[in-house]
Formats: sequence, C-alpha cells, structure tokens
Amino acid sequence: MIPLSHYLILSAMLFAIAVVGIFLNRKNVVILLMAIELLLLSVNINFVAFSHYLQDMAGQVFVFFILTVAAAEAAIGLAILIVLFRNRRTINVEDLNSLSG
Amino acid sequence: MTFLQFSFYFFAAALIFAATMVVTIRNPVKAVLFLVLAFFSAAGVWITLEAEFLAVVMVLVYVGAVMVLFLFVVMMLDINLTRLKEGFGEYLPIGGIVAVLLVVEMAIILSSKVFGPASMPRPPGQPETYSNTAELGKILYTEYAYPFEIAAIILLVAIIAAISLTLRRRPETRYQKPASQVSVKSSDRIKIISMDAENPHADSQGESGK
Repeated sequence: MIPLSHYLILSAMLFAIAVVGIFLNRKNVVILLMAIELLLLSVNINFVAFSHYLQDMAGQVFVFFILTVAAAEAAIGLAILIVLFRNRRTINVEDLNSLSG
Repeated sequence: MTFLQFSFYFFAAALIFAATMVVTIRNPVKAVLFLVLAFFSAAGVWITLEAEFLAVVMVLVYVGAVMVLFLFVVMMLDINLTRLKEGFGEYLPIGGIVAVLLVVEMAIILSSKVFGPASMPRPPGQPETYSNTAELGKILYTEYAYPFEIAAIILLVAIIAAISLTLRRRPETRYQKPASQVSVKSSDRIKIISMDAENPHADSQGESGK
C-alpha cells in the first residue's frame, strides 16, 4: 500500500516547484498568482493525506475553508491586476515602483 | 502494484509535470492550461485518499470557475511578453538550491519510521454505504457552523471587492437615469402661459381676406 510519506513528499515537491516558480517569474504577476495557488494546493494535499491516515474529518473541513479563501484571494487578486493594467498598461513588477519614495 | 498504487503514482507524476510546466512555460495562456491539468491531477490524488467530495468540488469550483477566471484575465490583458521574459533564469541557481534543499530535508524527515507504514498504517477502506459527503456535511453544519458562516461572509466580501474594484464609470457615456425619469412632473416639461394671439402678417392677411 501507499505509505503516508509518499503523499507528504509529493506535497513537498509541489511546494518546492511553486517556490522556484516565484523565483523564476518574479516579473509576471499572473504567474506569481498561479504559483501561490500551487502553494495552497500542496498544503491542501497535506491536510487531506493526514485526514485520511488519522481518520479525522477535521482535515477535510480545513481544506474546504482553504479552498474558499483561495478562491476569494484569486478573485480579488485578478481584480487588482485588471485595475493595475488599466491604469499603468503593464503588469511587470519592476514598473510598479510609484510608491518607492 | 495494485490499481490504487498505479493511479496514485500516475496522478502524482502528472501533477509534478504540470506544476513544473506552469512555472517554466513562457506563454501565460499555456501556463493556465497546465494549471488546470495540475488541479485535475490533484483531484485524482484526493480520490485515492477517499476525499471524494473535495475532489469533485476541486474540479467544479477550481477548474470550472477559478481557472476560467484566470484564463479570461490572461486573454483580456494585452501583455508584452518580451519584457516579462527578460532575466528569466537569473535566479534559477539560488532558487533551485533552495528547492532541492527543501525537498531533500522533507524527504529525510518523512522517510523516518514515524511516517512509515508500520507506525501509521493506511486505514482499511470504508464500506460501500459510507458517504464522504454526508460525513463532511454532518461535521460542517454542527461543529464548524460558525466558521462556515465566516467563509460565506469572506466570499461576499470578495464579490463586493472585486466588483467595486473593476467597476468603471465613464463620464462621456450617455445613459438613462430611470429614477429621474419616473419622478418627473408634467409641469417640468410643459409650461402653459396666457398671452394675446400674435399674427405677424395681420395686415397682408387682412387685405387678402377681404
């Protein structure tokens, strides 16, 4: 059977890939938002795995709430992105320096 | 290798592949499509963990709604890709070192006996009459009722915030105002005055009339 550690290592690999994605695509806000979604997904896999192996439904309830918050975060993030693009005509992080003193 | 093991490793490989493509591919539209594949594979992994309700919600809500929203936004923005591509691999060495160290450390810890099959065995499968959705609903509406309401309020706040952020009022656009249309009175539109009759051609008409 599949040991619990394989699920956790899968989650750790996904987390690491998402962190590298933030390093690589630090200019593109859209890809940054996607990397954050991947980070949340890896956390959710951990929650579901422990919920199954410990036979405790609380983990799945937490995943439910994390999905809710992640959906709200994605919606507001994309709305901010659209307003940003409408005003500055760019989504490059390096061009967004109007607050830097 | 049982079917369960095969499906887990297959979905896990698809998940890792899709996530890698998301962060390395240059075209944002293709990145969103690979993100869809990643979330779908994650839903498959959750099915192997007997979390059927969350897997279905994942496909319906995430793949069906959030990813389509991402796709809309990416296609709507006219992004200049050449500037965004500059310096792509600049931080790859340091990022790669951090990622490899992260995975190796986690693997070392997770390979210990604490998480092994002996100390944490996989629980036996549930009987056929077991309903994951019903169990989740029972605990969600009793023990977690208040967090459930707070989640609903968070979604409401997200709706209002997203709409009010992107709402655009254009001053040059002409549009009807139904409230002022309804509340208008007839005295505002038409004005009746009493005056003498005027006839600028009274003389000539008087001559011809005779």
